[in-house]
Amino acid sequence: MTAALLEARHLSVQFGGLKAVNDVSFEVWPNEIFSLIGPNGAGKTTIFNLISGLYRPTSGEVAFAGEVISRMPPHVIARLGIARTFQNIELFEHATVLQNLLVGRHCHRHTAWWQDLFFTGSVRRAEVEFRHQVEEVIDFLGLQHYRDSLVAGLPYGVRKVVELARALSMRPRMLLLDEPSSGLNTEETDDIGFRIADIKHDLGITVIMVEHDMGLVSRVSDRVLALNLGQELALGTAEEVQAHPGVIEAYLGTAELDDV
Amino acid sequence: MRFLFKTSYAQDIALFRHSGQRFWYGALALALCAAPWLLPDYFLSQLTFIGIYSIACLGLMLLAGFTGQVSLGHAAFLAMGAYTEAWLQSKGWPFALSLPAAALVAGVSGVVVGLPALRVKGMYLAIATLAFGFILEEGVVRAEGITGGNTGLTVAALRIFGIDFDNGRNFYYLVVAIASLCVIGVLNLLRSPTGRAFVAIRDSEVSAQSMGIHLARYKTIAFALSAALAGIAGALYAHKIRFLSPEQFGFLQSVELLMMVVIGGLGSVHGAIFGPAFWIVVQQMIVLAKDYLPPVIGQQTGLQPTIFGLILVGFVMFEPMGLYGRWLKVRIFFELFPFYRKGMFKRQKSYMKSERVR
Repeated sequence: MTAALLEARHLSVQFGGLKAVNDVSFEVWPNEIFSLIGPNGAGKTTIFNLISGLYRPTSGEVAFAGEVISRMPPHVIARLGIARTFQNIELFEHATVLQNLLVGRHCHRHTAWWQDLFFTGSVRRAEVEFRHQVEEVIDFLGLQHYRDSLVAGLPYGVRKVVELARALSMRPRMLLLDEPSSGLNTEETDDIGFRIADIKHDLGITVIMVEHDMGLVSRVSDRVLALNLGQELALGTAEEVQAHPGVIEAYLGTAELDDV
Repeated sequence: MRFLFKTSYAQDIALFRHSGQRFWYGALALALCAAPWLLPDYFLSQLTFIGIYSIACLGLMLLAGFTGQVSLGHAAFLAMGAYTEAWLQSKGWPFALSLPAAALVAGVSGVVVGLPALRVKGMYLAIATLAFGFILEEGVVRAEGITGGNTGLTVAALRIFGIDFDNGRNFYYLVVAIASLCVIGVLNLLRSPTGRAFVAIRDSEVSAQSMGIHLARYKTIAFALSAALAGIAGALYAHKIRFLSPEQFGFLQSVELLMMVVIGGLGSVHGAIFGPAFWIVVQQMIVLAKDYLPPVIGQQTGLQPTIFGLILVGFVMFEPMGLYGRWLKVRIFFELFPFYRKGMFKRQKSYMKSERVR
């Protein structure tokens, strides 16, 4: 058995009286697509924020590639190779698609700001190099048409892809996708499904995904973790989790309630 | 209409996007060089002021327009630069050293002011910088030994390598040269990772940090650079006016700088030059118009601030992108003629930003 790439150990976070995540533990293996499902308020996005360092856990910890990351600031975690997207797209609105993707190369920069001020030879070479790398992502996701357009004018479906592209530009080891299919139509959702599978197979990136669309979840995920009210319900393949009585209960309510 | 077909990454990075731009900016450079022969001394002096304020506005634009951190105390950095320059000149430092020193002193004070910016945002940051402005103004009044307090301070005539820069023409060229270098520096920043980090922080802090951008570090750099530019402007201002007193660097000056930047167009380098140019031209027009207005209006004390206030309100309501936005629209109108549509610049916000992580 290989070592887990990401390990959450007894992770809990409390906001005032609300236990948003309560003693959740899971492991994500390298080159796996791992999905988090659960009704609204189950704590899925909170777990993402805990992994990417936006929140601090009240107790427990997250380890990435054997290193505890749950006390690190977000920018350090990003540099370790964890990229993410957001549920409500968080792009840099007043910049072009290309500039957005280039920000993704930020953690690989090696020039200092005073070199940037004079645009020295090394900055120029780095800029060309960054464009080469970003162009690969643009080709991979078919964004050539939008390369130089402002994000603010793009349709929703394209923004979703741009956000994915920006995360990929970081060349991460692990990608956190927060509801990649929300707001997309069936065809776009299918596209996203193929892309996620490609990310795993072609780029060898481990994916953790929060998703409500069970069709997409069962199509791409290797394993699924179901959560409800901050607690683990079930962990297994998509079929196993969907058949789990606790999961059915969380989504549809209990049998007794139906009787009343 | 010009279609750009990019064939190399060098084209992507270049400062001039096509030969047309190279031509027009070249023409502008020639016009600026020829100005002393074409303009009477008084207008040349006004042009020099536009140059000085453009440097200060570039600084504020970098901070407010590109990094999204509003400062209501930028006159304080102007004062830092001006008094440092005046003091060092009186100690006999050469200009080639005293100007960088003025920029450095202002820049360091920018870092100090930037520290609260790491904790507070928006309105609260504006108040923090406002407070700094007042504190520094008071400090200038008290530090009579260096600043001359309320009586003011006379600045020595500027000489560089024995050449007299006190006359209008030489000083004008000096200001134009320094302003051009500052513009190029800012443009360089904006096309490199540092500038993109600034823009990222402005548009979404949460995703900026998830992309590996160290927020505190880049906000501090933005404050330092912005203050340093204001410091350079302050140093040139000191030589231009040749007399410094604390009230020149009061709250009103800070607000004026911010207004110039907003009128010019937040988030554009052009705006940092359009703003002060517009400001000074309108100022001159008001002075000229005073003679022709009926005395009841013309002699009113608050005439100028009132007019500028109305202009600002007009811009915020009808052209939030400022003069640069207007310029873009006019340009596109002619490029697309006769196909320009009224709603071309309207954006629709078809998505919601509800559950943002703060």
